[in-house]
Amino acid sequence: MVMEKDNWPPVASLELMKKRARMLHDIRAFFHTRDVLEVETPLLASAGTTDPHIESLQTVFAEKRYYLQTSPEHAMKRLLAEHSAAIFQLCKVFRDEELGPMHNPEFSMLEWYRPGFDMHQLMAEVEALASALASTLAGSDLKPFIRLSYRQAFEQYAGLNPHQADAGDCRECALQHGIEQPVGLDEQKDEWLDWLLTQLIFPALPIDQFTFIYDYPVSQCALARLKDNEQGELVASRFELFYGDTELANGFHELTQAGEQRRRFEADNVARAAENKPQVKIDEYLLAALESGLPDCSGVALGLDRLLMALSGETSIDQVLTFPWARI
Amino acid sequence: MATYSTNQFKNGLKVIIDGDPYSITENILVKPGKGQAFNRVKLKNLKNGRTLERTFKATESLEAADVEERDVDFLYSDGENWHFMEPETFEQYAADSVAVGDAAKWLKGQEHCVMTLWNDAPLSITTPNFVELAVAQTDPGLKGDTAQGGTKPATLETGSEVKVPLFVETGDILKIDTRTGEYVSRA
Repeated sequence: MVMEKDNWPPVASLELMKKRARMLHDIRAFFHTRDVLEVETPLLASAGTTDPHIESLQTVFAEKRYYLQTSPEHAMKRLLAEHSAAIFQLCKVFRDEELGPMHNPEFSMLEWYRPGFDMHQLMAEVEALASALASTLAGSDLKPFIRLSYRQAFEQYAGLNPHQADAGDCRECALQHGIEQPVGLDEQKDEWLDWLLTQLIFPALPIDQFTFIYDYPVSQCALARLKDNEQGELVASRFELFYGDTELANGFHELTQAGEQRRRFEADNVARAAENKPQVKIDEYLLAALESGLPDCSGVALGLDRLLMALSGETSIDQVLTFPWARI
Repeated sequence: MATYSTNQFKNGLKVIIDGDPYSITENILVKPGKGQAFNRVKLKNLKNGRTLERTFKATESLEAADVEERDVDFLYSDGENWHFMEPETFEQYAADSVAVGDAAKWLKGQEHCVMTLWNDAPLSITTPNFVELAVAQTDPGLKGDTAQGGTKPATLETGSEVKVPLFVETGDILKIDTRTGEYVSRA
């Protein structure tokens, strides 16, 4: 990349740097009063995420490959398996190929785990934290968070039951709503759901309000456990938090079974092979920790740069970063 | 055959779609956090200037278009082709009426233009933003004639017609904005 000399100063204003400092202070205070322990784990690991839609940056030490973390999830679960304590972490994470008005390849994350919490208890804590931060940072009370199941969101805004529909139904839905069909998108139902989500659901969410979407399709379970929803359909205990149409957080009622987790990691690598994406070494440390016993717990990862954007009214991630990608 | 994958997309990249050369003018990443990424792309057709919007699933790729730009001077038109020369290399190019397009309305000789080449053949001509041309013919202005909003047609030395204020006379040299085709002032 060309180094333009004019690009030496930081982008974030002093006011935003103060807001960030206040946000970090308030997060620590919030968890301190709730007896959640702050922890620190390595940014580098010998295994990465197998998620077919997330690419890790890599580096080399002594001729051995290391992955920069895309989230501290695996290391924090190893702590949970050993100590069973409520823990949180503030750290940097890295994702390859993600750059744009809402994406910086290096960003700040808050991740925490609550033994004994189910998904809805953790969602309530996410709302409590965001509300506490808003009252000191923005000096305002937040409107109550909207809660929509993935099925409700699709039925309401797309007229589709996402758990019953197939790829053809999704294509038909796109056609009815005048949504174009992306080049390369054909028979993959989950890709269709992702596309409809960005085109029909996100734009329908109130722009100045927080919304939870929860109970994701089983095929998008990642590291979440499965359960039946009220209609008796099998769903993943996974939730996401949005501010307007911007995704802020992703959480799970965590899967604790090592065998099932290994099967999902292997399926990820099969999906990667089908898309000519690189294979990722499976994290045997995490699987061994699950075998030794992960407590029943829920966990969530929250993007702090985007949260700061939401609480300060900024629309580009560059505005809340000292040195965004074009200035490093 | 060179190709670009979606993660190489950026403004100004030249690609082939449906057999035509295009330049990317906007590229936005659309990605639900843990989901499939898409690139929403705006492209300009380099043949006719039309804009196209298309979305690609990330992992798709497009064929690269061999497109480059050269600074050239207009020499002359022989009625069928317009001839240009690259001043540094003396390389000459003949562009047909399709490639020259609207630029023909403003070319009389010596203008510095930018020629876009596709597979080494002229694809389009961009004229200077402003040119100065003489009025070959215009009717004398009629006092009090407001029916045409205070303008009248004038034929320029290149044969093209522009709307001019009523006071403009045959033989005047006019400054024309080639991007809009509008009269700016008397030169």
